[in-house]
Amino acid sequence: MTTTQERTAWVAEMDRIKTLRDQAAFADLFDYFAPRLKGFLMRGGTSEALAEEIAQEVMAIVWTKADMFDASRASVSTWIFTIARNRKIDVLRKTQRPEPEDLSWGPEAEPDQADQLSAQQEQSQLKTAMSQLPQKQRELVERAYFGDQSHSQIASETGLPLGTIKSRIRLALDRLRHAMDGN
Amino acid sequence: MTNIKHHLTDDVLLAYCTGTLPEAFSLVVATHISLCETCRSHMDTLDALGGVVIEETPKAAMSSGSLEACLKMAESMPKDPIKMEAAGKSKRQKSAGLFPAPLQDYVGGDLDAVRWRPIGLGVKQAILKTSRDASVRLLYIPTGAAMPDHTHNGTEMTLVLQGAFQDESDYFGAGDVEIADEEMNHTPVAVGPVDCICLAASDAPLKFNGILPKVLQPFFRI
Ligand SMILES: [Zn+2]
Ligand SMILES: [Zn+2]
Repeated sequence: MTTTQERTAWVAEMDRIKTLRDQAAFADLFDYFAPRLKGFLMRGGTSEALAEEIAQEVMAIVWTKADMFDASRASVSTWIFTIARNRKIDVLRKTQRPEPEDLSWGPEAEPDQADQLSAQQEQSQLKTAMSQLPQKQRELVERAYFGDQSHSQIASETGLPLGTIKSRIRLALDRLRHAMDGN
Repeated sequence: MTNIKHHLTDDVLLAYCTGTLPEAFSLVVATHISLCETCRSHMDTLDALGGVVIEETPKAAMSSGSLEACLKMAESMPKDPIKMEAAGKSKRQKSAGLFPAPLQDYVGGDLDAVRWRPIGLGVKQAILKTSRDASVRLLYIPTGAAMPDHTHNGTEMTLVLQGAFQDESDYFGAGDVEIADEEMNHTPVAVGPVDCICLAASDAPLKFNGILPKVLQPFFRI
């Protein structure tokens, strides 16, 4: 993939899914995301069978609710992550996650091309910044996303003091935010 | 709100975004983010980071026929209200009134819908229903009145919705959130021209240092 393609990754496919109910576009999206979702869930300790089922379910929501995807607010992978997270909370933790309301009042203007690009651009900047983090910091951040693992569980597994884990994660997030501001 | 001074910590926001924060705390987080642009932008970054992690995670092969199974699943999905939450990042209408939309969902309306219970000295509370790993309540503290002096067994998060309170550590106005842990021992006092209304979550019962509140604690589930 070239950089430009990466920046607008999957937005065109989502458009075709949304407006044309294009099954071929969805098949491409499925081939890319479903195995990654399954891998993501398994890294968090979910069994293979359940991970497969939740990955299918997440993609089924993507297909059914495609019209709710808004490229000016999030990249495709971010949107899919939030769906997967919410399914995990529903299915595995059996609890609720209240969502914040919007800050702006009234009807919003149609998002333009520039907004869409910036959400996708932010994503690829973040990807670069993440890959530039020191290995140990990156691992801790990833673990936080994989799972139902609290800091104290990570502490007992890695032998690192709780304070070290917390400060490493904080440092990593500071760096990522800094990288985002700098662009 | 632009003059918010006390924000959510990275620990709390990360737990919210990765889905490991108890429901009671998540309600405080969602309510604060409804009022705070700074924390909203941090949340957006953490969600985007989730997208990056998904893309970078090594693939696990799907079983054969999984695409067909997925489309079949989609057919039987209720088109209509798969809950808003299920669809991930999507728009939530801004509420009118004092309480942001996520809080109104739990109260069943705005301030006038709250079913207050007096807990003494003019202080009132309303416990909201959430999963039991933590609890969350609305507190009404008349200006000048104090919450009983207490320490915490776990973590306590308090978000000011109206008025303000002052404790040993700082001043907290509307929109501010205070995160207190085991080491903290404080006596919040409502200050300013209007009564203070807070949303407070904790993952363990508070320990009161005075005699009277200790006696009352089992009855009022503070
Ligand atoms: Zn904030
Ligand atoms: Zn307290």
